[in-house]
Amino acid sequence: MTTATKEYWRWKEYNWHDETMDPKGADTITAGVDIGSVSSQAVVMVNGELYAYSNMRTGSDSPDSARKAMNWALEGTGLKPDDIHYTVGTGYGRVNVPFADRAITEIACHARGGNMMYGSTVRTILDMGGQDCKAIHCDERGKVTNFLMNDKCAAGTGRGMEVFADLLNVSIEDVGDLSLAVDEEPPPVSSTCVVFAKSEASSLLREGWSTNRVLAAYCSAMAHRVVSLLERIGVEKDFAITGGIAKNSGVATRLEKELNLVSLKSKYDTQIAGALGGALFAKALVEKQRKKGG
Amino acid sequence: MTTAGIDMGAKYIKVVILKDGQVLSKAMVATGFEPAVSAQKCLEEAVQGAGVELSAVDHITSTGAGRKAAPGIHSDITDVGAAARGTTHLHQEVRTVIDVGAEEGRGIKVEADGKVVDFAVNEKCAAGAGAFAEAMSRALEVSLEDFGQLSLKSEKTIPMNAQCAVFAESEVVSLVHAKTPKHDISRAVHDAIASRIVSMVRRVGINKEVALVGGVSHNPGFVDALSRGLETQVLVPENPEYIGALGAALVAEERAKS
Amino acid sequence: MKANYGYLDGSGEYFITIDTDHCTECTEHGCVAACPAGLFEIIVDDYDDEVAAIKEEHRKKVKYDCGPCKPVTDRPPLPCIAACPADAITHSW
Repeated sequence: MTTATKEYWRWKEYNWHDETMDPKGADTITAGVDIGSVSSQAVVMVNGELYAYSNMRTGSDSPDSARKAMNWALEGTGLKPDDIHYTVGTGYGRVNVPFADRAITEIACHARGGNMMYGSTVRTILDMGGQDCKAIHCDERGKVTNFLMNDKCAAGTGRGMEVFADLLNVSIEDVGDLSLAVDEEPPPVSSTCVVFAKSEASSLLREGWSTNRVLAAYCSAMAHRVVSLLERIGVEKDFAITGGIAKNSGVATRLEKELNLVSLKSKYDTQIAGALGGALFAKALVEKQRKKGG
Repeated sequence: MTTAGIDMGAKYIKVVILKDGQVLSKAMVATGFEPAVSAQKCLEEAVQGAGVELSAVDHITSTGAGRKAAPGIHSDITDVGAAARGTTHLHQEVRTVIDVGAEEGRGIKVEADGKVVDFAVNEKCAAGAGAFAEAMSRALEVSLEDFGQLSLKSEKTIPMNAQCAVFAESEVVSLVHAKTPKHDISRAVHDAIASRIVSMVRRVGINKEVALVGGVSHNPGFVDALSRGLETQVLVPENPEYIGALGAALVAEERAKS
Repeated sequence: MKANYGYLDGSGEYFITIDTDHCTECTEHGCVAACPAGLFEIIVDDYDDEVAAIKEEHRKKVKYDCGPCKPVTDRPPLPCIAACPADAITHSW
């Protein structure tokens, strides 16, 4: 793959903090750092409220990515890494967060974060990450009751979508909108396997299909596949989608249609669910620690 | 009596023309985007090579993934049935047939007459098929032919963590960045496919002799990896890519008689 | 909690489901010894409960690792399922 074509699936990194809050001297300042295979997020929470976060690409070195994500979340806040009382590492690289006090799986963190992002009525959370797909069922406290994680197969993950974006020379951020700009919904790509779906797409293009139509067929195949994963854990209202794919309207709207459910919207950025859950776990853990310590 | 077998594979269409049990001719054409047209072309090439008219062929039997799309056929037979029949026709001593094509792998337990006792299939996932090796050779930027040969130079066993071809491509790229020699990567890739095929075949039981047929049997790296994995030297029949077509032509002969 | 370990790929759905609520009351942990491929382990989960899980290195290969216990014909009962006193283990294939 050349550098030029790689650009098609690049996305922008960003950070944010709440300028109306003053974190100095707060009782509990906690953090969650989610090191995914493609992107990393750091969330800083002050007294249980979201204060700052960052979203970056994961580099080849997890500890370095963790430090960078944390520093970027803290940029311009006046807080230093040492001001944080407790940090939870989560995600694929969770054991490689050098400054974390504990590692917790992304499944548990997503449920916990989802509980805050979407409210305690949320029961089913679908997280479509860069290299995996997670389906989580949780209770009113955000505790996991049923889950699965598929990181064996690229179909139904961000990576699968990247392969298609790359094949069709479309920016990953435009895939959703373009796939919805078709007059009529085409039948989904029939192969699940990304390798075989790719050859199927090439022959569809040769048959004269437009790029948008091929994207529509792939988004719909991806939605269909995710539904079969969700069926294993049982889909229940209220339902939410997190992770990078939540931002892909082409997959998200088709998924809602197939499930006949409307996913909950959140005022929070859907990509920070795991890190947010980590920061919430961190808050509970530091409070427990203080109680024990007297 | 003259019969024809057409194997409608994912990548190539193969035809064998038989006359009274003897192979008159063989032909192979890339499947392309119009399998029926390619099949017709392949059939015509084969009959021309055999020096017979298409109308003089008594019975045509198709096999392969696209067997229903083959033109002018009298009957069809499954891939499993054709591979079993074709292999035992050439090697009666074979009891286990492993058929690995571009898009699927099969383990078949057979009797001497080619009757299928049991079989297991891996399809619709590139991990256990020739497509996996193909994708990795592309990632390494070597031709598929060289890729198979390369692996024989290696004596090192490097485990591959990724199961999926898409994820394995990134793993291969990181191995390259880590300065891992290409021949060691090649062996790791072939070992990975072979280990998946071996565990599939174990589900039907492995009885000697073991034969490998299908397009991937041309890959010496894979034959080596499979033999090591099975702890027995696998036999590769002559023209292994034509075994399905041969089996279909043999079945056509039987069906024409009855 | 129902923990599903395994995957869905183009060839099919391969999940081992462990109902870990039963594990907390289990003292035998028979699954660990019963599995000839050594897939099971006892872990402390995110909620500090001691439960059975499928080892990380096997999660992407259960179709192959479980193969020897799943011959095409004459399939006997699965040893992991037979060893669990609480019927907490199920296989999707």
